[in-house]
Amino acid sequence: MHLNINNLLSLADDALILGHRNSEWCGHGPVLEQDIAISNIALDYIGLARNLYQHAATLINAGATEDTLAYLRDVIDFKNHLIVELPNGDWAQTILRIFFFSQYQRLRYQQLLLDTDKQIAAIAEKSLKEITYHIRWSTDWVLRLGDGTAESKARMIKAADYLWPYTEELFVDGFITKREWLATIEPVFLEATLALPSTKQLLQKGIEGEHTEHLGYILAEMQYLQRAYPNSEW
Amino acid sequence: MELEQIFQDKIDKEIRIEPKDWMPEKYRQTLIRQISQHAHSEIVGMLPEGNWITRAPSLRRKAILLAKVQDEAGHGLYLYSAAETLGISRDEMTAQLLSGKAKYSSIFNYPTLSWADMGVIGWLVDGAAIMNQVPLCRTSYGPYARAMVRVCKEESFHQRQGFEILLTLSKGTDAQRKMAQDAINRWWWPSIMMFGPKDDESPNSVLSMKWKIKRFSNDELRQKFIDVCAEQVKVLGFTLPDPDLKWNEERGHYDFGTINWDEFWQVIQGNGPCNKERLDARKKAWEEGAWVREAATAYAEKKRVKNTLRVA
Repeated sequence: MHLNINNLLSLADDALILGHRNSEWCGHGPVLEQDIAISNIALDYIGLARNLYQHAATLINAGATEDTLAYLRDVIDFKNHLIVELPNGDWAQTILRIFFFSQYQRLRYQQLLLDTDKQIAAIAEKSLKEITYHIRWSTDWVLRLGDGTAESKARMIKAADYLWPYTEELFVDGFITKREWLATIEPVFLEATLALPSTKQLLQKGIEGEHTEHLGYILAEMQYLQRAYPNSEW
Repeated sequence: MELEQIFQDKIDKEIRIEPKDWMPEKYRQTLIRQISQHAHSEIVGMLPEGNWITRAPSLRRKAILLAKVQDEAGHGLYLYSAAETLGISRDEMTAQLLSGKAKYSSIFNYPTLSWADMGVIGWLVDGAAIMNQVPLCRTSYGPYARAMVRVCKEESFHQRQGFEILLTLSKGTDAQRKMAQDAINRWWWPSIMMFGPKDDESPNSVLSMKWKIKRFSNDELRQKFIDVCAEQVKVLGFTLPDPDLKWNEERGHYDFGTINWDEFWQVIQGNGPCNKERLDARKKAWEEGAWVREAATAYAEKKRVKNTLRVA
C-alpha cells in the first residue's frame, strides 16, 4: 500500500488537531496525575504530527516545512476527521474521543507498518507504542466512568451519543472497516456496562476540507502569531 | 528540651531530618507552609504559561512549552508528596489553596500578554526560582531536599529554553524586539520581588536560617540574581527597566533602584492583576473534576469488593 500526499496530511492533521484539543486541558485537569497524563498524550500527538509534517514537507518540497503546513494552511486545506476538532466537553467526552480515535489509529497504523515508504513505516512503528498506551489509559477511564457513579454513567452516555455519529467518517476512505473497529469497542463498552449508541450517522467530509465551524477557531488561535508577524523566526 | 537539643545537633552536623524523626512543632509547621506554598506555586504557575500553549508560534515551541508546563505539574506532585510526609494530606493543602489560606508565589498573579512573556518567564522567573531553590537541595528536611534535586534539574532546562526564546526574538524583526523588551519591562520588578521582603522585614527568616531550612537571606539571593541578569541582558541586547542599575566597583555588585514594596504587599493581599482569575481557574478545575474523582473512587471500591469475593 502507498499513501498519497493527501492521506499523509490527513494523518498529520488528525494528530495535530487532537493534540491541540488535548493540550487545552493542561493546567485544568480533574486531578494532578491526570493533568500530567493528558498533557503527555497531547505531546505524543504533537510529536506524531511533527514527524508526519516533516516527512510530507520533503515530499511536497517547494519550501514547505512542518510549520508552513501547520500554520499557513486554512480551514479548507485541512484534512482531519471532524471528530478530532470537536470541543473537549467534559472529561467523559474527552477520554471517550481518545478511546474511539486511538482504537481507529491502532488499526490504521498497523497497516502503515507495511507501507512501501520506509519513513512512514518507521513513524508508524514508533507511534504504535504510544497509541497502545493511549488505548490502555482511555480504556481504564471508559470503565471507571461507565461503571463508576450514576452521574459518571449519565455523562458517558451523553458523550457517546454526541461522538458516535462522527465515528462514521473514520471509515469513508476505506482504509479501516467499521466492523473491525467495532470489535475493539464492543467488549470495553460491555465491561463498562454501557450500551453502544444508536445516534445516526452525519454527512461528513472533513477529510475533503469541509469542516465544522470549530476548526476555524482552532486555527485562528493556533496560527495567530504566524499570521500577525509573517516571515519571522520564532 | 533534650529532644530539641538532639534535633538542633543534627541540624548543626548537617544530618538530614527524616519524617519519623522528632522535630519541633514549629519546624513542622514552617515546612508545611513553605513546601505547600511551593507546590501551589507550581500548580498555579501552570496557568500563565498554559495560556500560550495553544498559540505557540511553531510546532517545536508548542511541544517544548507543553512539556515545560507538564514538568511543573510534576514538580507540584513531588512537593505535595514531600509535604504529606509531615502529616497533611494533598486534599487539605488544596482546600487551603482554594480558600485563600495558603499562598503561592505572587509572580503568577501577573498576566502573560505576548509570546515574549514565555521567554521572560523562563529567563527571569525560573531564573529567580532556581536561585532560591538550589540552596534548598541542601535544606535540612530530607524529603524536601530530595524533591528539590529533581526540581532543580528540570528548572535549569526551563531557564535555558526561556533565554533561547529571547535570543531568537533579539535577532528577529523590530516587532519581535519590541515585544521582548516590553515583556522584560513588565516582568523585571516582579521577578526581583520573588526573593521576598527585605531581610529586616522577613518575619520567618531567622528561625528558618537556624534550622537550615533556608541558607541564604532574601537580600543576598536577590543581589546575586540582579548581578547575573545585568550581565545576561547585555548578551540579549535589551535593557533592564531600572535607571539606577549600575556596577559598584567597591561593593563588587550592581546597585539597583528602589523596589516598590507597596505593589509587592498589594499583590500578596490579593490585589494583583490576576489573583482572582488564577484562583478561580483552580477552583473551576477542582469543582468540575469532583464527579470524575468520585467516579474513580467508586469504581476502585467496586473492583476491590469483586476481588475480595474472588479471593474468598
